[in-house]
Amino acid sequence: MSSSVQVPAGASERAYHLAEEHEHEAGSSTMLGFWLYLMSDCLIFAMLFASYGVYSGSTAGGPDAKELFDLPLVALNTAMLLFSSITYGFAMIAAEEGKKAATLRWLAITGVFGLCFLGIEMYEFSHLIHEGAGPQRSAFLSAFFTLVGTHGLHVTFGIVWLTTLMVQVAKHGLGAANMRRLMCLSLFWHFLDVVWIGVFTFVYLLGVL
Amino acid sequence: MAGHAHHDAHGHGADHGHGGHGDAPSHGSRREYVIGFLLSVVLTAIPFALVMTNAFADTRITAAIVTLCAVVQIVVHMIYFLHMNTKSENGWTLMALIFTVILVVIVLAGSLWVMYHMNVNMMPQMSGDMSAM
Repeated sequence: MSSSVQVPAGASERAYHLAEEHEHEAGSSTMLGFWLYLMSDCLIFAMLFASYGVYSGSTAGGPDAKELFDLPLVALNTAMLLFSSITYGFAMIAAEEGKKAATLRWLAITGVFGLCFLGIEMYEFSHLIHEGAGPQRSAFLSAFFTLVGTHGLHVTFGIVWLTTLMVQVAKHGLGAANMRRLMCLSLFWHFLDVVWIGVFTFVYLLGVL
Repeated sequence: MAGHAHHDAHGHGADHGHGGHGDAPSHGSRREYVIGFLLSVVLTAIPFALVMTNAFADTRITAAIVTLCAVVQIVVHMIYFLHMNTKSENGWTLMALIFTVILVVIVLAGSLWVMYHMNVNMMPQMSGDMSAM
C-alpha cells in the first residue's frame, strides 16, 4: 500500500474536491445546460408536429396541402437555411483560429442567409393569407401556421442573438466567454436546421405527395 | 489539405479557457463541415426531385424514400454540424438525446395512432368501415 492511501480522509480529501469544484465554475456546464434546453425545445416541436399530423387532413372544405404549397419556393428556402448552416460552421472555424475579422464576416453572411429565409417565409405566409388560406381557415392551416411560424420565430430570435454576438465579438474579441456564446448559438442554429428537415419533409413534401 | 492538418492539430486544444476537462466540446474541422454540407445537399435534392417529378406512380415508395432521406439527413446534421459523439460531456449529451428521441417517438406515434383510430371509429360517415379495424 502506498502512503497516499493512509492519509487521514479528512482535510486533504475535502480540499481536493473544493479545488475541482472551483475549476468547473467558469461556464463549463453551460454547453450541457444549453443542450438540455435544445432537447426540451425539441419536445415543443414534437408536440407541434404531432398536432399537425393529426390535423393535416382536417381542411374543413378549404384548400389542402396539395393546392397550397409551392415546392420550388420551399426548395429555395431550404437552400438558404443549409447555406447558413455551413457559413456558421466557417464562422466557428475562423473563431477557433482567432481570426476576428473573418469570424465577423462569416457571421454576417450567416445572418443574411437567415434573413433571406425569413423573407421568403413571410412572402409565403402573406401569399397564403391573401388567398384566404390564413390560420383561421381550418384546423390544418392553424396547425401549419403554428408549426412553421414557431420555427420562423426561432430563426428570428437566432438572428437577434447573432447580431448581438457580432457586436460582442467586435467589442470584446474572441475571449473564453464569447467562444462559449458562439458555441451555444452554433448548436441553436444547427438545431433549427434539423427541425427544418422535419418541416420540409413531413409538412411540404409528404403533404404535396 | 495542409491547412486542414494544421487545423486538426490544434482544433481540440484547451486554448479557449474551457479545457482541463478532457471533455471539451469538439468543434469540427472545415473538411467535416464541407462533407456534412455536401451530404445534406444530396439528401435534400433527392426527395425534392422525387416529389416534384412524380418519379414513382406508387406514392408510398416516394414517401418511404423521402422519409428515409430525412432520417439520414438528421443523423448527418447531428454528426457533422452538431458534433454529437459518445464522449462530449461524459456522454450526457448523448443520453439526453436518446431520452428525447424516445419521448418524441412516443408523442408522435402515440398521437397519430390514437387520433387516427378515434377518427375512424367515431366519425359518423366512417361507421361502415368498423369491420375493417
